[in-house]
Amino acid sequence: MKLLRFARLAGLLVISMVFAACQSQQAAPWLLTDISGHMPDLTFRLTNDQGKSVTAPDYQGKVTLLYFGYTHCPDVCPLTLAHLHVVMQRLGKLADGAQILFVSVDPARDTPEALHAYVTAFDPHVVGLTGSPADIEALTKRYRAAFSREPDKAGGSYDVSHSSGIYIFDAHGKARLLATPTDSQDKLVHDLHLLLSPGGAT
Amino acid sequence: MKHHAWLFGFMMLLAPIVHAAQADQIKPSHAWIRLLPANLPAGAYVTLDNQGASAAVLVSANSAAYGSVMLHQSTSDPAGNSDMHMLDRLVVPAHGQVLLAPASYHLMLQQATHPLKPGDTVEITFDFADGSRLAVPFLVRPANAAD
Repeated sequence: MKLLRFARLAGLLVISMVFAACQSQQAAPWLLTDISGHMPDLTFRLTNDQGKSVTAPDYQGKVTLLYFGYTHCPDVCPLTLAHLHVVMQRLGKLADGAQILFVSVDPARDTPEALHAYVTAFDPHVVGLTGSPADIEALTKRYRAAFSREPDKAGGSYDVSHSSGIYIFDAHGKARLLATPTDSQDKLVHDLHLLLSPGGAT
Repeated sequence: MKHHAWLFGFMMLLAPIVHAAQADQIKPSHAWIRLLPANLPAGAYVTLDNQGASAAVLVSANSAAYGSVMLHQSTSDPAGNSDMHMLDRLVVPAHGQVLLAPASYHLMLQQATHPLKPGDTVEITFDFADGSRLAVPFLVRPANAAD
């Protein structure tokens, strides 16, 4: 398990180095990491926070921000969603063309109902997605987003360590940008503005 | 010999006066809780300024409003994987500051004893290594509050 995690980590590092090399060769308009052509198109089969089975085509037509997390995460996940809420507010009317998919990596506790209460507390553009462990793992593996369940604590609660990147897809489901939690709201607003503007970069 | 014992006793009497209790040295500010729905674990944040000439060592925290209060730290590696772990103690250096802030040190609050809403104030008490205690009022803020 450790080795697998390390292999994924090493893989991610190599990918980011390749991106860095590519970016230096062209005057890209992006402030975030450009992953166009380096990550597969958005594909999944999950259940939304209304309890409905959904697939990626159901979410085409909007710029999509994909983020993995879980509701029993009191610190980093809410911080990221609160940041994205501010970003959506700053985008104003353009935000109508965007959606945030919050995919649970803790399907045992994150039922559609629990996810619904959680995501609506942050922003109307957020959709909660959960599903079978296999379907969720397929999606995290697709984007090389590692996650693992930590040992149980007293009282049966547990934490899930997880990748905190935000994957951004265009309205056609093509992978375009990768943001990390340390990327500023300014960068997100700048790049999403470009992606969302009519005749922009889509 | 007798003289020394007397002197020692006198110094012990003075000790609490010379060395202020750790809790008294700490000035808390910007204390708030990010409230999450459905009684989910919540994060609490505060800035702790140590105005004393000696370190203050935070060893635990508790609140009548929560069944469990734990001192945690979120960490992340260069690849962006984030992780959380429990701390036994947190040192606020002499004349120094420790920030309990999102994605860093924080209190994890679990099992709220009664429903809370944004705008409420919750008192959380910090316990220090010398046995002194500091009660701090925390403002309850909505889930999507910016720091």
